[in-house]
Amino acid sequence: MVKSTFDRRRFLLGGAVAGTTGVAAAAVLHDGELGAPPQSYTGAVPWQEGTADAPPGVTGTDFIFFTADERAFIEAVVARLIPNDAVGPGAVEAGVPFFLDRQLAGLFGQGAHYYLGGPWPKGAPEQGYQSRFNPAQLYRAAIGAIDRYVGSNFNGAVFSKLAEADQDKVLKGLESGDIALDGGVDSKSFFAMLLQNTKEGYFSDPIYGGNKDMAAWKMIGFPGAHYDYKEWVTRHGEPVPYPPVGFKGRPGWTGGS
Amino acid sequence: MTTTLKPVDAVLVGFGWTGAIMGQQLCDEGLSVVALERGPWRDTSTDFSTTFAQDELRYMWRHHLFQNVSEDTLTIRNNTTQQALPMRHLGSFLLGTGVGSGGVHWNGQIWRFLPSDFLTKSHNQQRYGLKSVTDYDLSVQDWGVTYDELEPFYDQFDKLCGTSGKAGNLKGQIQAGGNPFEGPRSAEYPTPPMLQTYAPTLFGQAAAGLGRHPFPHPTGNLSEAYTNPLGAQLGACTYCGFCEKFGCGNYSKASPQTTVLPYLMAKPNFTLRTECEVLKVELTPDRKRATGVTYVNSAGEEFFQPAEMVILSAYVLQNVRLLLLSGIGQPYDPNTGQGQVGRNYAYQTMSSVNVFFDDKILNPFIGAGALATVIDDYNGDNFDHTGLGFIGGAYIAGMVTGGRPIEMIYTPQGTPAWGMEWKHAAAKNYLRSFAISVHGSCMSHRGNYLDLDPTYRDIHGRPMLRMTFDFTDNEHKMSDYLTDRAAEVAKAMNPREIKLNRRVGSWNVVPYQTTHNTGGAIMGDNPANSVVNKYLQVWDVPNVFSLGSGAFPQNAGYNPTGTVAALTYHAAAAIKSQYLKAPGALVQA
Repeated sequence: MVKSTFDRRRFLLGGAVAGTTGVAAAAVLHDGELGAPPQSYTGAVPWQEGTADAPPGVTGTDFIFFTADERAFIEAVVARLIPNDAVGPGAVEAGVPFFLDRQLAGLFGQGAHYYLGGPWPKGAPEQGYQSRFNPAQLYRAAIGAIDRYVGSNFNGAVFSKLAEADQDKVLKGLESGDIALDGGVDSKSFFAMLLQNTKEGYFSDPIYGGNKDMAAWKMIGFPGAHYDYKEWVTRHGEPVPYPPVGFKGRPGWTGGS
Repeated sequence: MTTTLKPVDAVLVGFGWTGAIMGQQLCDEGLSVVALERGPWRDTSTDFSTTFAQDELRYMWRHHLFQNVSEDTLTIRNNTTQQALPMRHLGSFLLGTGVGSGGVHWNGQIWRFLPSDFLTKSHNQQRYGLKSVTDYDLSVQDWGVTYDELEPFYDQFDKLCGTSGKAGNLKGQIQAGGNPFEGPRSAEYPTPPMLQTYAPTLFGQAAAGLGRHPFPHPTGNLSEAYTNPLGAQLGACTYCGFCEKFGCGNYSKASPQTTVLPYLMAKPNFTLRTECEVLKVELTPDRKRATGVTYVNSAGEEFFQPAEMVILSAYVLQNVRLLLLSGIGQPYDPNTGQGQVGRNYAYQTMSSVNVFFDDKILNPFIGAGALATVIDDYNGDNFDHTGLGFIGGAYIAGMVTGGRPIEMIYTPQGTPAWGMEWKHAAAKNYLRSFAISVHGSCMSHRGNYLDLDPTYRDIHGRPMLRMTFDFTDNEHKMSDYLTDRAAEVAKAMNPREIKLNRRVGSWNVVPYQTTHNTGGAIMGDNPANSVVNKYLQVWDVPNVFSLGSGAFPQNAGYNPTGTVAALTYHAAAAIKSQYLKAPGALVQA
């Protein structure tokens, strides 16, 4: 089962090329476990060449979900959730806003794995997410509602223009639920989703648009998508010297990044 | 317009572990068998090959191998005073879908329950008095099957999977290096234990220093290459750290795909139909016999599949729902205590202790689904509960299933969840921390049950399942006591600091706990206390069998799959040796 790195790379890049017809189309191709045609199998394990369910990486660099104002908000927020310094990249430097943009433009944003049918009572905290909004709708509604809250409480400002200390104060109020938002947005629920998605963008494979240069993995010492550590299992306490590797390899495999 | 299909001997509803095992057993008897799976075909080379299997975002957080709840979920509440609301996003448990189902994305933790676990009521009552099993409105009961009866079938599953481990009790002889508390095994594990990484090794040393009895976790992540009795070949695990929530790209984790399907799919008398969801089991007018199942495929076409036997081999929540939707048995009413279907739903009581070192690099990304050193000193009735005010227990495991960074960064007590302080704590602790898992039992309770929701419906217009569940005082006391025992081991490892993650408050659907839902179609020795007999045969409709953890009258402090599989083999043996010769009740009511 050991594949050469060459095979792995060629295979994955082939998948990426096939996906250039559009982000949404690629995502549908690769994440469509609902609605596949019915099949009947007798007599053998089915297998068809070229049907590998390769990961739905993203393409392009332009933002396609966030408006300019929303992008300014998101960049300001994630810069406080994971700030930049010499220890490791901040969320902005790691490309998290772009990651979020692509997630919200795609199946995640559409709530492809959320049940959104009614009725929609608020429920107890133990009952989890209880909103009619899919994630894209929630982000859009929440960004507007937070900027309205900031406008009424900080002399007409918007979140992205606040001093860092004030930004943190607002974020803590959202996190605890102490700040109530209009527009049917549950502040605590939105903050939990935003923080989770921010960490996803920071630490997921770079094919999804975040974790630029695998710098977040380097910061903590995670070697990435290796699949064989047999040689290292009993080398207790020794640092594993591998630089991180993603699904598209790593700088150096092809003489550049 | 429903199309009636050609009759078959047996139809399997759902095609994960239990469906694959039962399908193989029945096809080997020459029966014509059709399996209906509501999800897609899945196989290693196409769906989780090593070139892309280690994708935390896609598989864990975007649920790529899990049930998509957008079309069908369940409703949840802690008690009957609340309105149940839909579980709108997966969290506490990660339901499977597709061929192999949860058997694809499980950890491969293969346990046997203790002999006393099958006698929860009578054993505890005898040792601790009647109150011990009735306090807190517990509704525990004996299983109606014993460890000794199941042992050959536990062994059969070990041989199917090639389970890696070290026996602690071989035919009554205690073995050094194994679990001395386990029930007697008829044979050693098929393959030796996995090698242990640093953190489980340190855990084992500390536990031994305290006088506990550490041993390697039995695993379906194989320590070496293995060929099972069906001729399926598995390879040695590479410790990539992507087992739970992921498919194994390396043919190293026992799953229906790696152990059964190469054999079963080749059988001419077996047919698998994917993207086909069973709506209902159809009964004769007197409701004493099933005639087959009605299902709808993803193209919207509806079919009636006639069958001599209907095997419910979906996940517990779906099996119970189908019983309720089909009018099989009497639904449980928590007010009167009458009715059996849906009764004694239970779960797993989880807590953990994080351990942080300054001077030790643990490399948590080197892991496997069941890579752990475990102590079983405080599980089941392996210790004296006198004066403790609870029954049950947990295994305590120094476990490293992997170091997936979105999910598994541990930060010390008091660290904020975001900001510079969080980032610095993540950078400092990732390589130097791990979690000790406390995997606790969950007793059944009069108020915990499953029924049909009065409000919410799925895409087919059928009522969703409604889950009413909370942890009881018995579980809280057990979990606190066991978490303290885990903390003792943690402290004995001489770390910089530890953090206790206790089981606090009501059951919450948001954080992942385990996909170990149990009960609702429980087994027992008579129809007045159970839905199925010891052979998982429905008392009221004897040509229907309900497999899986729904049969557990309460849940023990172990992962359920070993017992689920053993019960399936046990049922298959009775079907082959008795039922096929004389179809009818295998146990007289």
